[in-house]
Amino acid sequence: MNKLANRHQQIIGFLLVAVALAALPWVAGLIGNSWVRILNIALLYVMLALGLNIVVGFAGLLDLGYIAFYAVGAYVYGLLASPHLTDNFETIAALFPDGLHLSIWLMIPLGALTAALFGVLLGAPTLRLRGDYLAIVTLGFGEIIRLFLNNLNAPVNITNGPQGINMIEPVQIAGVRFSRTVDLFGIEVPALHLYYYLFLALTLLIILVCMRLQNSRIGRAWTAIRDDEIAAKSMGINTRNMKLLAFALGASFGGVAGAMFSAFQGFVSPESFGLMESIIVLCMVVLGGMGHIPGVILGALLLAGFPEMLRQVVTPVQEFLFGTVLVDAEILRSLIYGLTMVLVMLYRPNGLWPQRK
Amino acid sequence: MNAPLFSASNLRKSFGGIAAVNDVSLCIQAGQVIGLIGPNGAGKTTCFNLITGLYTPDAGQLAFKGKPYKPASPHHVAEMGLARTFQNIRLFKSMTALENVAVGMHAKTSQGVLGAILRTPAQRREEIKVQKQAMHWLHYVGIGAYSNHLAGQLSYGDQRRLEIARALASEPALLALDEPAAGMNATEKLKLRELLLQIRHDGKSILLIEHDVKLVMGICDEVTVLDYGKVIAQGTPTQVQQSPAVIEAYLGGLHHAESRE
Repeated sequence: MNKLANRHQQIIGFLLVAVALAALPWVAGLIGNSWVRILNIALLYVMLALGLNIVVGFAGLLDLGYIAFYAVGAYVYGLLASPHLTDNFETIAALFPDGLHLSIWLMIPLGALTAALFGVLLGAPTLRLRGDYLAIVTLGFGEIIRLFLNNLNAPVNITNGPQGINMIEPVQIAGVRFSRTVDLFGIEVPALHLYYYLFLALTLLIILVCMRLQNSRIGRAWTAIRDDEIAAKSMGINTRNMKLLAFALGASFGGVAGAMFSAFQGFVSPESFGLMESIIVLCMVVLGGMGHIPGVILGALLLAGFPEMLRQVVTPVQEFLFGTVLVDAEILRSLIYGLTMVLVMLYRPNGLWPQRK
Repeated sequence: MNAPLFSASNLRKSFGGIAAVNDVSLCIQAGQVIGLIGPNGAGKTTCFNLITGLYTPDAGQLAFKGKPYKPASPHHVAEMGLARTFQNIRLFKSMTALENVAVGMHAKTSQGVLGAILRTPAQRREEIKVQKQAMHWLHYVGIGAYSNHLAGQLSYGDQRRLEIARALASEPALLALDEPAAGMNATEKLKLRELLLQIRHDGKSILLIEHDVKLVMGICDEVTVLDYGKVIAQGTPTQVQQSPAVIEAYLGGLHHAESRE
């Protein structure tokens, strides 16, 4: 009886969460469409944080260049869904006279795979490194990718350099283009909301994959490597393969998020993939609770939502109080950001929502 | 006579100018318990690390189940069926006792990423088997009641037992124990002795490094004594105890100390 009641409660709870998540963009849309946009960006950050969590949280490999995989995913989508390649390469233009229009179902795996490949590329030379040393190499890797994107416009124009890639096509699923308000079964759904549902679906998928991986032979092997690499090796774990797997899987989530970012913005440039972005994603993982999936999600939502919240609040409040803007929101943001991190590390060194054992 | 389960011949390893292990040969028949003793710094643990692939030997051959092996990778050695414990306990501290033992079964299981993500029937079957087996090994070493405790929260003696359970979980043919009784009190040592005898009774061979001479002499079929990286005596416990070289190098210090009084 009790079990059945529990089951019912679970189903009801699940339905409530599902309804809340489905209604969220409409509620946010009431306040302003910019809030739906913020929601979408926050979901992208959740994907990124979950990907980095595999490398840093599960396997214990400190990665300061994670945003490079986001960049790889974004540029893969950007290049394959814009006229850039056909404009610059005659052979490609000859092959695809109508332009490249690949299905989204091909693009997402392609972004993930390419990013995974880069993950292995970064992982392979750093297998023997740990901690600080690994952090420095990965930091360099992140910068190298960004610099390549910035400079690969000559002699052959592949990435269009600092100008970035423009006119990236929006997502198109089953004939529905995510570019303007569409009529779905009589309901007018804005494109922003469509993106929200797509990102939400991908995020839920990534959460599921992460949870299943954590509670598996692979997840245990990662934790073992994080806790004691020598003992892990002696227990028959091929640490090289397991580390490469962590890098590849972590990177692939970054690649998916990147591809979605690219489609959502319609424009990518190397500027979006600086060191600061890597650090912010790492902060999300550390703030939430390394290795704990709900914690990491919380960290990502907080750190993605907080600056926007500040931006919306700080200026009006100051204007109301002083009649003029004394402190710029951007400055205040950095200040509070830094202070939060220091306080969290002092009082909750395991993160806001760490694994309970 | 059958081919030995394990043999090492003329192992050599130097660190800088110091020969930590110098021309050491060992041979273990199936079902035997072999002791490796010697004063501090004699090269016992270095020997262990050579055998289990953590160090690469400068010279010498190793063979397991009649087949020579290159101890380049520890995980390969573990897959062959040679499991070990560590002198300074190396448990996975953020994992529970049960999970630690489950990691020990890594080499005996095969499910990969796809199995885990899709939760295939094969993966679920394997996972149930892992949980059951891990629990079995915890009970076997006598700490089944602590399966959900974090490894780091166990008492010192239980941590040592957990290390043995983790090693046993890989179903090794040869179990290599690096000072399993270090830091244990008399009662714990007695219980450890029983456990080791049980493991031997269940058909596993044991290579035992130990400081506690009484424990070694009581359960070992043969003992090898190292001093300054060299084998100074090899034989049954009684033979070794009577060897003048051993008394000189190992028990000699004690002898002098007593005579001074």
